[in-house]
Amino acid sequence: MESKFEVSKLNLHYGQFHALKDVSLSILPHEVTALIGPSGCGKSTFLKTLNRMNDLEEGVTIDGKVTLDGRDIFRDMDAISLRQRVGMVFQQPNPFPKSIYENVAYGPKLQGIRSKVKLDEIVENALKGAAIWDEVKDRLKKNAMGLSGGQQQRLCIARALAAGPDVLLMDEPTSALDPISTSKIEDLCAQLKKDYTIVMVTHNMQQAARISDKTAFFLLGEVVEYGDTDQMFSMPKDKRTEDYITGRFG
Amino acid sequence: MTRTKFDEQLEELHISMIKMGSLCEEAISLSARSLEELDEKLETRVFSLETEIDQMEREIETKCMRLLLHQQPVARDLRAVSAALKMISDMERIGDQAADIVELVPYIAQSEWRGRIRITDMAKKTVSMVTESIEAFVKKDMQLAQNVIDKDDEVDDLFLKVKQELMDFVRSQNVDAEPALDLLMAAKYFERIGDHAVNVAEWVQYSITGIHKSSEHHLGK
Repeated sequence: MESKFEVSKLNLHYGQFHALKDVSLSILPHEVTALIGPSGCGKSTFLKTLNRMNDLEEGVTIDGKVTLDGRDIFRDMDAISLRQRVGMVFQQPNPFPKSIYENVAYGPKLQGIRSKVKLDEIVENALKGAAIWDEVKDRLKKNAMGLSGGQQQRLCIARALAAGPDVLLMDEPTSALDPISTSKIEDLCAQLKKDYTIVMVTHNMQQAARISDKTAFFLLGEVVEYGDTDQMFSMPKDKRTEDYITGRFG
Repeated sequence: MTRTKFDEQLEELHISMIKMGSLCEEAISLSARSLEELDEKLETRVFSLETEIDQMEREIETKCMRLLLHQQPVARDLRAVSAALKMISDMERIGDQAADIVELVPYIAQSEWRGRIRITDMAKKTVSMVTESIEAFVKKDMQLAQNVIDKDDEVDDLFLKVKQELMDFVRSQNVDAEPALDLLMAAKYFERIGDHAVNVAEWVQYSITGIHKSSEHHLGK
């Protein structure tokens, strides 16, 4: 299978600090890839690199190669077109202080879509894709800040979907949510991977085991182990992975 | 080490498994001795061991369920708990069959041809399989587990030999065939105990490597 992302010898420095060290891995399409590892190990830095969110940070230097469908994201693509194809969902739900409708329509409007019919269609499809349509279809004009945390997070996923991406990056998307909302997001990931590629940072080992197809274990900026999730959670190859996932690390 | 409570619980599970294993060893050794010496007095002790083994099975089951619920183990911890859950079923059956054998002793002892056909070799081999399977678990010893698995064919051959001897004896002598059937049943129980010891050994190997002999238990595939 052709990779969605092909990462080769990626190194990232924050000034003198070497945050990612020779990271190489292939992220396959229509799979959920979980990034796990202790705080400060580089997994969020890696996630942000995939849609070039850390390019502009002061003192950041990046070398190595990252391709999306064969195109170099640093050399062959500009950051805006990359981010249209690679959406991001953050740890804390961060809806705009606007209506539910406007939250989702905001990106397509920025892309130049003006037709109300077209925008309505995009908003409905995105909200359906994020499994929140039935809960909000009668109050699209209401302020998004009135939604629950779990609903806000699914709205943020809908907002990302509205841009028409291939890939969704999720940085601990359920860490601020209650178990029921978490479960809804996890179910949603299983549905979304039919149409999208998902890369998710999580500190929850059970979540990684439940929903991901592949898992990468990061430690001190390196990928210690990367492979099938079932394999990693039953028979990790590296002792450091075993120690981390069994909770005996550090 | 950061999961002190978890490690304590796993250690408790390990100790309970060793205890259950040693009860099985004692039960099968006594039933083999009872059959060899035609000593009916050992029956009570084997029955009481069987009851203890059943209780241990319940206790270990509860410990495993608690570990799964509270600690949500993965990797080697998950393999240890899932292997324990499987092993105790086989160990419980070993206890049952040790009691089944000792139950037959009075009938064999009272028969007119007591002591004329022996299944000593088979019993000894089976007892050693049980002992080694428990030892393999305690020491996490792949090779010892493999020895147990390899011995199974020898026990199967010995069973066929005993069966043939019994058939020949019944054919050649004008004797009551009922004790022969009792002996054959005892031999079959030993053969089944050998199978259970093999199962235990295979789960020991799984808990060490993550690969069970039958590939459907291989979670990574």
